[in-house]
Amino acid sequence: MKLFNTLAASASALALLASGASAEISGGSVKIGLLTDMSGTYSDLAGPGTIAAAEMAIEEFGGKVAGAPVELVSADHQNKADIAANTAREWGDTGQVDAFAELVTTSVAMAVFEVAKQQNKIALVSGAATSALTNDACIPTGLHWTYNTRAQAVGTGASIVAEGGDSWYFLTADYAFGEALQKDVSKVVEAAGGTVVGAAKHPFPASDFSSFMLQAQASGAKVIGLANAGNDTINAIKAAKEFGIVDAGQKIAGLLVFLSDIHALGLETAQGMQMTVSFYWDRTDATREWSKRFYDRTGKMPTGVQAGTYSSVLHYLKAIEATGSDDTDTVLAKMRELPVNDIFAENGVLRSDGRMVHDMYLAEVKSPADSSQPWDYLKIVRTIPGEEAFGPLSESTCPTK
Amino acid sequence: MKTKLAYLLLLALLLVAPFLVYPVFLMKLLCFALFASAFNLILGYGGLLSFGHAAFFGGAGYFTGHALKVWGLPTELGILAGALGAALMGLAIGQLAIRRHGIYFAMITLAMAQMAYFLFVTSSFTGGENGLQGIPRGTALGLFDLQNNLTLYYFVLAICALGIGLIARTVRSPFGQVLAAIRDNENRARSLGYDIERYKLLAFVLSAGLAGLAGATKTVVFQLASLTDVHWHMSGEVVLMTLLGGLGTLAGPAVGAGVIVTLQNYLASGPLSAWVPVVLGVIFVICVLAFRRGIVGELRALIRNSF
Repeated sequence: MKLFNTLAASASALALLASGASAEISGGSVKIGLLTDMSGTYSDLAGPGTIAAAEMAIEEFGGKVAGAPVELVSADHQNKADIAANTAREWGDTGQVDAFAELVTTSVAMAVFEVAKQQNKIALVSGAATSALTNDACIPTGLHWTYNTRAQAVGTGASIVAEGGDSWYFLTADYAFGEALQKDVSKVVEAAGGTVVGAAKHPFPASDFSSFMLQAQASGAKVIGLANAGNDTINAIKAAKEFGIVDAGQKIAGLLVFLSDIHALGLETAQGMQMTVSFYWDRTDATREWSKRFYDRTGKMPTGVQAGTYSSVLHYLKAIEATGSDDTDTVLAKMRELPVNDIFAENGVLRSDGRMVHDMYLAEVKSPADSSQPWDYLKIVRTIPGEEAFGPLSESTCPTK
Repeated sequence: MKTKLAYLLLLALLLVAPFLVYPVFLMKLLCFALFASAFNLILGYGGLLSFGHAAFFGGAGYFTGHALKVWGLPTELGILAGALGAALMGLAIGQLAIRRHGIYFAMITLAMAQMAYFLFVTSSFTGGENGLQGIPRGTALGLFDLQNNLTLYYFVLAICALGIGLIARTVRSPFGQVLAAIRDNENRARSLGYDIERYKLLAFVLSAGLAGLAGATKTVVFQLASLTDVHWHMSGEVVLMTLLGGLGTLAGPAVGAGVIVTLQNYLASGPLSAWVPVVLGVIFVICVLAFRRGIVGELRALIRNSF
């Protein structure tokens, strides 16, 4: 077997030399495997849009990097960790995939991290939110790009407490991500002088939030924090409106709300809500130009997760272009060395715990009267510097940092 | 003589298969073949339609995952712990369920499995929605490193062959004959002096334990245990595999499992990816309408009629 492998390896090396392609690129091409939720609860904020975003990054390089073609393969993980792990393992073992991208849903990201660690492949996480990915669950080759629960907590939690919302009740999605988000926000709220009076866990995904909303109403807390995402957040906000919770004086804090959620809810229902975003299309000329192109492809404006996928794939390809190699350790070192500069991040820094540190933005949902054009939903209230949003490296509990 | 040759051929094929096909996929196939065969033991030979076998399959996965990851048991013992745990669950659920027949039996098993699902979602040792991850594969007998897919394949092959062998032995034993008698006419079996409740319970526990063995092995292969395996969808899927392959035949469930797992695997990445359940549903309808004996059952009938 060993002899056979050596023979095969030398044969393919010879073939590469003969064809004149870069011998440093394994398998003659750079292959990126994108795993996302194509049909479930996160398909709007991630899903097909992330594939389009990754394709845009590849097209920016003309489909070729360091003389070798770039291929993108994608699959629907249906938010199931075992399907994701199975697909990733097969891609890595037999499909010659060099890096895994996107990975929305915490359990999926964690399962693929396990595979990436064993196979020594780069995992570019955009959609999954838990801070654990760059703390206890970190791996040397796992990069967490777009946001994390800590950044969301700091942005939204601290500013609401500062405005007087000092008692909180949580509606938490019952899985690792929901718990991580609740824990992070609780810390921020308590540090700012607020109290957490209770929490209710709801199954993921859930469609009927009435009983949870009534529990939250009965708690008497000033703020109801939604430690969930996607359709769960949308359904919870709709339930809150039906029960007249906001009119009765309680405040809803969406801790992980995306542009696609505001689009689904409508400004009438969502107006006035504060949220922390990693990206907003209408922020600078560059973001507007890129987002317009994204819109032409998909018919939607990009969410932070989608822009983050673009940025992570682009940066990965930049590092390969610079080093002429797709060897994991070489590329990783280059990615850390280069600052991340594109439409998503300005002078973003890739830390040794895998965290990509960049500025986040506190935004407020516009009222229907303020909105002047389609997708004109947000007003940026404050720029949260990266260090403040993601915390210093010393705070990370990642053992390999 | 002929059957011996056929078995030898099958064995040779299974031994060389990992060099031709991706081993992890083959291992998944083997685990589901064992799961469906275990299910067939009570449906095909005992006449009991259980709608709760996912609880044993997935439950064993959690037990094994916990035993390997937290207790640090050797792989063999971890798998055994999973199978034993599933057998105990089978004893508890079986005690209640076998008192009723037909649809009531099916409903009780479904209800109990849903309760088990709820327990697994809420208890902390399973990791809830997140599942158990990074379960170590360990070594076989302390000698062979199972991190290697090829080594693990032969380990899994041995386990599944043992499991299916045990089922074949059971079916052909006097115990299996009594089971078939109970299936065909319960009152007559009772009048002959057999304690039919005990026979049914034993068959149920055996089936649960073997389903657990399959689930435990799958956990070691994928290094994770998740809610997918305890969800009632899984209970339905195993019914589909067994019926499609051929109810009450030894090879049928394995063939059915092979067809379903292969379809799921290859359709998922093609243009039909969003339509996998529809494709499987259509196949099931065709199977029920046109060839009720399943793939193996029909083939056997064809051979019998032609020669």
